[in-house]
Amino acid sequence: MKHERPEKVDYRYRIANREALIGVGLAVFNFIWWFAFAYGLGSKDPEEYTYVLGFPAWFFYSCIAGTVLMAVLVTIVVKKFFVEVPFDDEGEEK
Amino acid sequence: MNWQATIPLILILVVMFAIGILASRRVQSSKSFLDEYFLGERSLGGFVLAMTMTATYGSASSFIGGPGTAYTEGLGWVLLAMSQVVTGYFVLMILGKKFAIVTRKYKAVTMVDFLKARYDSKWVVLLAAASIIIFLFSAMAAQWIGGARLIESLTGMNYTSALFIFALSVLVYVTIGGFRAVALTDAVQGSIMFVGTLVLLIATIVAGGGVQEIMNDLSAENPNLITPFGAEGTLSPAYVSSFWILVGVGVVALPQITVRAMSYKSSKSMHRAIIIGTILVGFIMLNMHLIGVFARPILPGIEVGDRVMPLIALEVLPAWVAGVVLAAPMAAIMSTVDSLLLLVSSTVVKDVFLNYVKPEASHKQVMRLSIGVTAILGIIVFLLALDPPDLIIWLNLFAFGGLEAAFIWPVVMGLYWQKGNKYGALASMITGVGLYILSDSFFPQPFGLHSVVLPVVLSFVAYVLASLATQKKQQIAQN
Repeated sequence: MKHERPEKVDYRYRIANREALIGVGLAVFNFIWWFAFAYGLGSKDPEEYTYVLGFPAWFFYSCIAGTVLMAVLVTIVVKKFFVEVPFDDEGEEK
Repeated sequence: MNWQATIPLILILVVMFAIGILASRRVQSSKSFLDEYFLGERSLGGFVLAMTMTATYGSASSFIGGPGTAYTEGLGWVLLAMSQVVTGYFVLMILGKKFAIVTRKYKAVTMVDFLKARYDSKWVVLLAAASIIIFLFSAMAAQWIGGARLIESLTGMNYTSALFIFALSVLVYVTIGGFRAVALTDAVQGSIMFVGTLVLLIATIVAGGGVQEIMNDLSAENPNLITPFGAEGTLSPAYVSSFWILVGVGVVALPQITVRAMSYKSSKSMHRAIIIGTILVGFIMLNMHLIGVFARPILPGIEVGDRVMPLIALEVLPAWVAGVVLAAPMAAIMSTVDSLLLLVSSTVVKDVFLNYVKPEASHKQVMRLSIGVTAILGIIVFLLALDPPDLIIWLNLFAFGGLEAAFIWPVVMGLYWQKGNKYGALASMITGVGLYILSDSFFPQPFGLHSVVLPVVLSFVAYVLASLATQKKQQIAQN
């Protein structure tokens, strides 16, 4: 195995680092949404619950709407911000 | 014997065999046996990648234990289960392109290969291999028990023969077909899960008289069932949130998942897999756990949680449809088991044997050994599962937590922090696993959190401190 050339940063790594940070950002947002609706709306007495489509509102927003929202967000982020890069180093045999 | 429900199951097993045989041709003709058998020559497309990720992860814990617990705890447990949605995008985004590029550069076939190349330390490799073998063995045993229980309640066979059929079918296609067979069968199994859970959810809602009606019944029985706090009010926000680490972001460190993050063809397939995977995980987790909750008013008083799924399917669906639908959890279990089996086998063959016992082994020897080890491991797990402990979900979670505590920082920091070194990796692995086992045995819920949380946090501290403290030593060693 060859040693990596020192100090020369592969341009693909910068893209990879940025995309990893986007992943962290999405997860943080996902968690806040999930937590805020579940415990924000769900902590009152069950008799005072409001309902959406038959589900208690906390559950609907946190789990159902939250999941749909994440699917949409992830799709948009990947299509708009993710860059295609080659994985194999040039000159290497397949 | 319930033949109408059994025939669809048998058909599915036949399809799995066929895939195994087809994939084994590729194994025979492949130039690089190891690359093909353990990694499918890094040629997975987006759809298969998303499917194999989801199917590997959506294991017996979600498909049998999960809905069973949701039945007991109510909507609070569905909330907890939804912490898994994050895995759909997080794993591939975090390991992401960097992992794909680096593992190709290192020519790594397993996660341990990656650790070996990154840290260049015998101890890191041996410790990693030992954790994988120990923890995945317990996970595998748990999964086999789940599979056998399912066949047992579906067909009315006794446990031992059910286990035998399950073990035999998995062993055949994994042993001969390798990773490609596993990934392809996962794609079929993932599709079955997707359709199966949807059909069962709809049938359950209809049988219960609509969502509104079911919620009324639940809150009449016990209002806690429709709160986020569980039937007894014991699911605290801190505890439920801990699962974001255990079954959410921590999954990034599970070897059976990371190996998939080095198996895809191009960044295009990765992008597709992120989108498909997120939708798939969200959809399947939500449906599956809701089924468990909704089953409660329809079939009250089920004592053993693991039997909720099969019983509700047989109750609300015609028998032959139930057979097809129940192939879904069966598929989930098989697809987890097959990947675990292959992973433990690759650890033994590639990481231990080829690294330290006999590096000069010939192509043919490696091939025979890989197939032989896979088969022997399967037989050992079979024997373990013959006399099974009861709650599969906890056994399973114990294994996941241990692996996460061991690997999360050596993998993630190894990728993104250049100063991380072997001392950091060792400190982090020892701290993580050691604390997890201690904490799980003596302080099951420190500060109301799940026992995996503190070890994960402290192993991060250990990684950073040990790496920084040994910067000089490392530089001297390198020069």
